[in-house]
Amino acid sequence: MTAPTREQVAQHPADDEIEPFSTWTGRARRWMLTKLPPDKLLPESQPSYVASWIYVFGMGAIASLAVVIASGLVLSLNGPSWWHVSGLGHFVNSTHLWSVEFFFLFMVVHLWGKFWMAAWRGGRVLTWITGVLSFAVGIAAAFTGYLLQSNFESQWISFEAKDALNAAGIGAWFNVANLGQMFTWHIVLLPLGVAAIVAFHVILVRMHGVVPPLDAAESDSQLAHVKEASE
Amino acid sequence: MSTTKPARRENPMSWRTGTGIAGRPWKGAVREYDLFKELTIGLVAAILLVLAASALFGSPDDKAVSLKSWAVAQPADFVATATAELAGTSDTAGYGPPYNSTPGATQTLGPIDLQTLAGVKLPIDTAQAFVLGPLSSLPTPPSGVATWKAASADQRTAWTDAYAQAIDKAKNHDPADVAAGDYGPVPAMMRTLTTMATQGSLDSVISAQGKFYNLDYTPAILFMGDGAYLNDLAAGLHLSGDQWGMMNETGNYPGQSWLWLFSFFYQIEPFASLPNADIVVVVLVAVLTLALMLVPFIPGLRSIPRVIPIHRLVWRDYYRRR
Repeated sequence: MTAPTREQVAQHPADDEIEPFSTWTGRARRWMLTKLPPDKLLPESQPSYVASWIYVFGMGAIASLAVVIASGLVLSLNGPSWWHVSGLGHFVNSTHLWSVEFFFLFMVVHLWGKFWMAAWRGGRVLTWITGVLSFAVGIAAAFTGYLLQSNFESQWISFEAKDALNAAGIGAWFNVANLGQMFTWHIVLLPLGVAAIVAFHVILVRMHGVVPPLDAAESDSQLAHVKEASE
Repeated sequence: MSTTKPARRENPMSWRTGTGIAGRPWKGAVREYDLFKELTIGLVAAILLVLAASALFGSPDDKAVSLKSWAVAQPADFVATATAELAGTSDTAGYGPPYNSTPGATQTLGPIDLQTLAGVKLPIDTAQAFVLGPLSSLPTPPSGVATWKAASADQRTAWTDAYAQAIDKAKNHDPADVAAGDYGPVPAMMRTLTTMATQGSLDSVISAQGKFYNLDYTPAILFMGDGAYLNDLAAGLHLSGDQWGMMNETGNYPGQSWLWLFSFFYQIEPFASLPNADIVVVVLVAVLTLALMLVPFIPGLRSIPRVIPIHRLVWRDYYRRR
């Protein structure tokens, strides 16, 4: 008796009744392969309606996030003072700043695009929620970055921002004038949060596929012709 | 006898999976797509964009100010602020939690007082932290410190009140031009503190707080913020709260434009003048963010994309060929 291959599971999820997985790991694999088989995770085709420049911005945000993380890693490995005293350091700081600006620009266009497409339709509500959540956590991540600049701006922002945080009762645990605390938030917790939420968001997109047009109908040529051909 | 219920009409804007085309795997026409190729092109494009913007515009880096630069640039403001710290009349001294427990100082939302609930977690005695402590750290502390500590609370208040008023009346608020009066040890203490500040030792004493390692700049930030120096510099750079300062940054840079909504409420009434503006705006922005997150569940809001059919532009090829 041989265990089912991934392809078999992907194509015939019910086969496990004949070849049951007996371990937690096997069951987890079965669940994952059922929910997200390899051809959905890494597709070689997309529905015909995925043909607009608006679809570029989601990928643009992910690409910018990669540059944000890479430039931030170089800055953090050299310590908080490096970019004040080194020309190269200042340039890397500039790339960190501008990759953040592009990240938010692309993310906002992507978000508005998805709103006008009502992209939560057809069971995609968690995809929408994780998208907005990544935007909100991204804002917190960027804010803590502004506090780490160790220049006039970070001094002023930490003085001004403390009031809202103290009024909300979190100023002692999220103390904007405490550089040590802000380092942990900015280079560990919040980037991990953004990366994890974005990764989950992308997996959900792959699981559910790109939302079809609002007025799509069975009689549309893009659906009807394929249906006829298959019959 | 069986009766069949009429099928409930599905809302096409619903978040539910439903039975419509949106809730089923797409079985229609497809086009070729290469995920990794798109990711690679996206990465290259993002890197080129970022490198170009960095080379063209760079990034701002206005040097940090210090207690030294403050005392050198505006000694009158420094002394007036230090006197208020000693008297316990500064903004920080009367701030409330998390720095102290000043009655009635917290921002509340009706009966909800999160600031008090959080408690005094970062206690700061402004007189001790900003004046008496630094002076006592000197090899030979000025005798005024002992005189001050031996005096009654009423006597201390009388000295600092008289000195604060005298500074206010002096020409250019210059401590050197203060009229003669009974200020006790306060003027001498302020002279020594100003010397410490202008020589640069006050920065390290206040930041280090008696320790070798320090990453917490809370005391120094609060002390500087109590004076006019830091606030005036920020206002000159359009960074104040009423100048959209929350989203601005130094120089001609885009700043945190994503904070526009947060910043917006501080520009308009009634929010701008509210004594509890911070907690009101925090809650308002939190509610609006939650609303954005939950748009798919909110009737009316989730139907806007149908009322304003921008989707016809996005899927114009699809609609043209249907």
